[in-house]
Amino acid sequence: MNRTSLSWAGVLGLALVFTGAAVAQDMAAHGDGGMGHATPTAATAPAAAKNEIVIDNFAFAPAQLTVPRGTRLTWTNRDDDPHTVTSAADPKAFKSPALDTGESFAVTFDKPGTYHYFCSIHPHMEGTIVVQ
Amino acid sequence: MSGKTEVGRRGAGRRDLLKCMLGGAATGLLWTVSGGVPRAVSLGGEAFAATPASAHDFSFVQISDTHIGFHGAANPDPNGTLKLALERIAQLPARPAMMLHTGDVSHLSKPEELETAKQLLDTAKLDTHFIPGEHDTLIDNGRTYFERFGKMGKDGWYSFDQGGVHFVALINVLNLKPGGLGYLGPEQLEWLESDLKSRSASTPIVVLAHMPLWPVAPEWGWGTDDGAQAVSTLKRFGSVTVLNGHIHQVIQKVEGTVTFRTAMGTAFPQAAPGTPGASPGPLKVPEERLKSVLGVREIAFAPSAAAPAVTDRPLDA
Repeated sequence: MNRTSLSWAGVLGLALVFTGAAVAQDMAAHGDGGMGHATPTAATAPAAAKNEIVIDNFAFAPAQLTVPRGTRLTWTNRDDDPHTVTSAADPKAFKSPALDTGESFAVTFDKPGTYHYFCSIHPHMEGTIVVQ
Repeated sequence: MSGKTEVGRRGAGRRDLLKCMLGGAATGLLWTVSGGVPRAVSLGGEAFAATPASAHDFSFVQISDTHIGFHGAANPDPNGTLKLALERIAQLPARPAMMLHTGDVSHLSKPEELETAKQLLDTAKLDTHFIPGEHDTLIDNGRTYFERFGKMGKDGWYSFDQGGVHFVALINVLNLKPGGLGYLGPEQLEWLESDLKSRSASTPIVVLAHMPLWPVAPEWGWGTDDGAQAVSTLKRFGSVTVLNGHIHQVIQKVEGTVTFRTAMGTAFPQAAPGTPGASPGPLKVPEERLKSVLGVREIAFAPSAAAPAVTDRPLDA
């Protein structure tokens, strides 16, 4: 049922662990800046993996994150309400569609800088990525 | 959250209480004092049926936050609870002149959700006016919503007159700013000023806006950044009733002649502001309690009264 595939997407979101050199090519299929559904594969994973941001209880966790350039970050919505990941810059550096519970969105940050973002549905939710 | 309204008046003594009860009964509200704090209790159910809105009243209903497409634990069947709400409306002693939907018609703005909502709401056979919630404008800045429920006026806000009352429908869920709350924007505020400019102050005004126009709970995003500007345009009028949605519970605030009332939804409740450890999202309650925290609202203007009688009707009443 829809729910099951959504939970798989959520579980795989947890499984996306970065180990520096391993810019996993198989994740290229997710597409930057677009709807990044994680492809279901067998996975068990710890909670809150490195380079993952969890959206829950109307907050981004961690809200502040510093990463090296070239890092691919994944946001996963574990909340009961839909949320978006929207760049606060003009023009926007990235903007996810509305992510339902369990859905993910990924961005690869190639350029150093400070990226403020927020949820365009619940704009009091904010976060920052610092790319070095 | 059982649909009772709470008023911020203080210090009602016994004499004031009796006066309030007399005045309240005439307008459909019963005032009581609980723990020293005056409370307005809706004359719902049988008590109200005994004094129904008269045939001369101009009455209409507010429905809100139907969230068609929601499938979470808080309510796996929002279509079913919407049907119950429409049955509740059909049972009202006085047939309403129209229905006002204060937004979050759908949960994810998907065309099929909006279509289903429209089909269900059409069964009420009432002239219905809509404003979008932030859940309705997720796709292409609201394209899927405006295609179906869009109104005259290129920017989606509008006004109309009926029953001697001037209705203003605002949109405060677009172009939200980072870190902000709801947002009306300078164009809409300018439009509001010019729309109201020629109106006499004795015209009753009803304002629709999805997110609360006053800061109910800013830490949860429950408010409107530039709501105060809209309120200052409205406050010269003798009777202003602001009908909001978004927070899925009834909270009321009175500021001079402006009364703000948020409404229950028909999909799921949300926590009261200030509840320790709570977040602003869907709140699961025991199944037997669900209908008591969902509801619709009847608003009735008696011919001689400028201020309406407002009755919140939970689905189990």
